[in-house]
Amino acid sequence: MSDIASDRQSYADSVFDTVRWAFWLAAPFVLIAAAWQVASLFFPPFLFPSLIDVFARVWDILTTWSQFSSVLATAMRILGGLAGAFLLGAVLGVAITNSRMADRLLTPTLTFFQGIPALSWVVFAIIWFHGVEFRIIFIMVMTTLPAFTFQVVGALRGMDKDLLEMVMSFRPSRWKFFTAMVLPAVLPEVITAWKVNLGNASRVVVVAELVGSSGGVGYQLLQQQQLFDMAGALAWTLQLVFFVLLFQWILSQFEQFAFRYRSKSERS
Amino acid sequence: MNLAKVDNMLSLDDMRFSAPEGAEVEIAFQNVTKRFGDLVAVDDLSLDIHKGALVALLGKTGCGKSTMFNMISGLMAPTDGRVEVMGHSPFREFDWYRGKMAIVFQSDRLLPWRSAVKNVELGLETLGLSAAERTERALYWLNALGLKGHENDYPHALSGGMRQRVSISRAFATDAPLLLCDEPFSALDEITSRRLRTEFARLVRENNKTAVFITHSIDEAFDIGDRIVVLKRPAEIALDLRMSADVSDVDRERIRDTIHDTLDA
Ligand SMILES: Nc1ncnc2c1ncn2[C@@H]1O[C@H](COP(=O)(O)OP(=O)(O)O)[C@@H](O)[C@H]1O
Ligand SMILES: [Mg+2]
Repeated sequence: MSDIASDRQSYADSVFDTVRWAFWLAAPFVLIAAAWQVASLFFPPFLFPSLIDVFARVWDILTTWSQFSSVLATAMRILGGLAGAFLLGAVLGVAITNSRMADRLLTPTLTFFQGIPALSWVVFAIIWFHGVEFRIIFIMVMTTLPAFTFQVVGALRGMDKDLLEMVMSFRPSRWKFFTAMVLPAVLPEVITAWKVNLGNASRVVVVAELVGSSGGVGYQLLQQQQLFDMAGALAWTLQLVFFVLLFQWILSQFEQFAFRYRSKSERS
Repeated sequence: MNLAKVDNMLSLDDMRFSAPEGAEVEIAFQNVTKRFGDLVAVDDLSLDIHKGALVALLGKTGCGKSTMFNMISGLMAPTDGRVEVMGHSPFREFDWYRGKMAIVFQSDRLLPWRSAVKNVELGLETLGLSAAERTERALYWLNALGLKGHENDYPHALSGGMRQRVSISRAFATDAPLLLCDEPFSALDEITSRRLRTEFARLVRENNKTAVFITHSIDEAFDIGDRIVVLKRPAEIALDLRMSADVSDVDRERIRDTIHDTLDA
């Protein structure tokens, strides 16, 4: 009897917890939306358009191929730039951890690069290169490369020395050493690096798309600015936010799968 | 005082280790010195360890035991002299020893991202066995160390004693003829430690391994070694004793006291 009662009690508790969790997840967004909607009652639409108009535009972008292809183009540029920066960063990171010379030459150089604003890379890219896509990838890679490299270096240097020694004691081939030890040891930090750089890249990409591209979220935003279309500007911005959230979620799912070996308490 | 017993007592000379007739040398230290800057960790040490022996290297913390161990396992080169294992140089011919030596470390050193059985398979993956053979052998050894039912557990879900059992399975599974152990049970509680070292000694004998067992505990050296090498600092041999079955309990007690005095001197 008391068992059933306590079961029912804990079920009620968990439902209550879920509701509370959902409430606090939604609360800040509801607050912003409400404030915006109130503002739209008092200001003209070119300053604060009604959210209904904004969502109509969002829907329009998602369902019209000529517009949605711009979202895809930007997404591909973000992912392409990140992939390029990651591959290059991994190579440089391995060089820096294995060679004192590489460390002395590359670490200050990359630190210096880190101080160059994205807009400067845009200007350099326009002066140096012709192809629009190449310019964009160049900007994306140069702006995310230092962070990626330093994160890879941190991950490699942070590997457990005792575990390295243990694996070495079995005299593994280079490939075995990499797949059995290095890769699983650095994966958590690599995924974190991707998450961090994804946010940076999504902010840089819209600037990079001002180099003369005829599509993409950055290009579309410029159009909205010229038309003084606030609803459109918001709708295009939201596309980018959606993409980042979607990709963060995919990375988190992968993380949960890849690190299922960790105890629950460590994950939370 | 019981004079009859005194008559039967073995003298320290009787117990001094001497190489068995025709025994093959598995590990040879020839005038080995190891320095770390100004610090001399091992000083002009010569020592032969024979095939099939279970040798306990006993010494206080900081006397250079791990340094000797690292030179045997090929992780460190001697500053002077020669270290030979199976007639080769562990440091210079590092890869030659693939499948020929296995190590049990002080901490279990399990890969946290691998289950127990996958951890045991690690050494086998360098030996070119098929996946089925690897799993079969790994399961056999986990079972032999009493871990049936925990094959698929990850290290974080196992107790310290169980984790060290997995790491012993990992060493035995490679079927390497030489086992090296650097204070493998010193981080465990006394009861677990005692039970594991008895099991370990039995498995070494049953499987005809040569084993070097490093320890700072006199009890552990007595439980395990059929030869006890007592080291003083910097690693030099103070006593080298055989511990065969004919050594009586009274003699063991006396030897224990002698070792105590030697270590404290
Ligand atoms: N890599 C190293 N660099 C410098 N000194 C070391 C190193 N390894 C060991 N030592 C020193 O050598 C001595 C012997 O150390 P070790 O072999 O670890 O002793 P044990 O294993 O018997 O406790 C100690 O004084 C230790 O500080
Ligand atoms: Mg030690």
